[in-house]
Amino acid sequence: MTLQPFVPQPLTPDALLELRSVSKTYASGSLEVAAVRGVDLVVHQGDYVAIMGPSGSGKSTLMHIIGCLDVPTSGSYWLAGVDVAGMGESDLAVVRNQRIGFVFQQFNLLATMSAWRNVELPLIYAGVPRAERRRRAVEALTRVGLADRVDHRPGELSGGQQQRVSVARALVTEPDLILADEPTGNLDSTSTADVLELFAELNAQGRTIVLITHEHDVAEAARRMVVMRDGRLDEPMGARR
Amino acid sequence: MTWLETLRTAYDALRTRRLRSALTMLGILIGIAAVMLTVGLGQGAQKQVTDQINKLGSNLLIVTPGSSTSASGVRGGRGSATTLTMDDAAMLADPGVAPDIARVAPVSGGSLSLVAGTTTWTSNVVATTPDWLAVRARTVSLGRFFTADELASESPVVVLGTTTVTQLLGGAAAVGQTITIGGQNVTVIGVLNTEGSTTGGDQDDLVIMPQSTYAARLSTSANPRSVSTIYIEAKDSTSLSAAYQEATNALLSAHGVTLTSQDFTVSSQQALVDTATSTTRILTVLLSSIAAISLLVGGIGVMNIMLVSVTERIREIGLRKALGATPRIILRQFLVEASLLGLVGGLAGLGLGMLGGVILPRVVNFPVAISPVAAAAGLGVSLIIGITAGVYPASRAARLAPIEALRSE
Ligand SMILES: Nc1ncnc2c1ncn2[C@@H]1O[C@H](COP(=O)(O)OP(=O)(O)O)[C@@H](O)[C@H]1O
Ligand SMILES: [Mg+2]
Repeated sequence: MTLQPFVPQPLTPDALLELRSVSKTYASGSLEVAAVRGVDLVVHQGDYVAIMGPSGSGKSTLMHIIGCLDVPTSGSYWLAGVDVAGMGESDLAVVRNQRIGFVFQQFNLLATMSAWRNVELPLIYAGVPRAERRRRAVEALTRVGLADRVDHRPGELSGGQQQRVSVARALVTEPDLILADEPTGNLDSTSTADVLELFAELNAQGRTIVLITHEHDVAEAARRMVVMRDGRLDEPMGARR
Repeated sequence: MTWLETLRTAYDALRTRRLRSALTMLGILIGIAAVMLTVGLGQGAQKQVTDQINKLGSNLLIVTPGSSTSASGVRGGRGSATTLTMDDAAMLADPGVAPDIARVAPVSGGSLSLVAGTTTWTSNVVATTPDWLAVRARTVSLGRFFTADELASESPVVVLGTTTVTQLLGGAAAVGQTITIGGQNVTVIGVLNTEGSTTGGDQDDLVIMPQSTYAARLSTSANPRSVSTIYIEAKDSTSLSAAYQEATNALLSAHGVTLTSQDFTVSSQQALVDTATSTTRILTVLLSSIAAISLLVGGIGVMNIMLVSVTERIREIGLRKALGATPRIILRQFLVEASLLGLVGGLAGLGLGMLGGVILPRVVNFPVAISPVAAAAGLGVSLIIGITAGVYPASRAARLAPIEALRSE
């Protein structure tokens, strides 16, 4: 009888994403920083999860792993049943393009391009023809309430509007997952409310959202909350609503 | 992502940095224009020389006194010796001696003063035989050329070039006029066709007369039968080298000399063309290498600006990667940007070069020959420079880790 090498399988077959014992260690010089330590997390289709925690607790690092922008030092990560932990740069780029929509704290819009040109960017890399890109970009902008700002450049828009453009960019590819890292960190309270309302709407339409924040008020908007401390994840009792 | 999309993205990126892109292209533009113009000048000079030599007439060999100092046909002491005579010419014209020679035209003469009424003009007197007209591929536009009978009878007749006619006789009808050369009265019986200037001087300021007339009445030479040049026309271009051999051998035995003590030189048009070509080629290579250095500097400019661009756009590269751009797509985008800089710069350089090729000859009265091959090569080179300069910056952009790029402020 031969011994089969142990290949971990996802425990929860219907999970959109499942992390098991995921760790990330940064080596800067002789110093080793364990930013994420043995995180287990399961997120189902249609979930709206807030990851809360103080600054420096490893939230962004975890998000980079979930978003396939980085690979874990150890542990397993399945996205829609596919093991992405061992993937190369090019394959990860394709996964990001097809399955994930990002919303960043800094918006990360290209200043020289109009709103719709920013929104069409992921569609270019998906190989969508030009005419269809324009149609879908305008549609996404309409969904976030910016139908009249299609040809405006980021500089001509308010912070809240810019963040709505980046939400439109995140959902234009119809991804499985929307990942937002401190999306309201640079916004005033009115704009924050706008963006959170938008997320609630998208979630109500069945879209899965993982939102990272250090503000309790913002985390309250989610249906489920997990807390991160020193690289470890902790789900408070009764956090699921 | 299709190539068309890549091209569009690259074009957008260059357009948003208009001034910088234009200045970068300027480097390539100047380099390509400079190379094209220097090569064009060199080729123009060569073409001019070749054309002038070809004007001498086809299948032509030229025998001059004095020995050749090198195989390239550079002659030493031209005209100083008087070793060639009318007898040499008569011998070479004999088909029994040289079957591949069709015609022979011995030429003597010099600069002499002409008088018509109160007008005086100094012109170049060519004393020769009736075959001169055919050998030098000239025609008579008015009147006629002199005949073998007139040569035999030392007739006082002349045929003039158009410049000579204008200077000496003004608008008056030339044929039938009597003019005075060196105190001798001669009758104008014809006017040559207009030929234009060559390196040999104005080919229309000429007085052609029978060699016998010149020898009897005007020559100051100790030996009136001596000639300064013998023009030989071979039967056709394939018999040119046979004619060359026959002429050389006949003259060697007639003069009783060997190849090493040779007192004459037989040169062909090809030899003259070769000499002229090697001279202009050295000049062209020298000038072109200076121009090529400016092209190299232009290429370094492209590389420099692409490196700056990658550093400046780290966040953009990170974002594009986060949104799904693979390293390969990023590599392509920056390569295409650099190539576009090179190609557009090259195209503009091509335009400037061609414009210079039209303007320069009018300003400096010197021909510039810009060939389509040189233009295509210039464009190819500018594209290659763009790509080469883009490889390193593009691979740096492609290797950037998406998170590092996104995080940088
Ligand atoms: N590229 C890196 N190299 C070294 N240490 C890093 C790097 N990125 C993050 N860290 C460290 O990892 C820890 C977690 O950082 P981060 O995930 O950004 O936290 P958060 O987003 O919760 O504020 C911090 O101590 C941070 O200094
Ligand atoms: Mg963070």
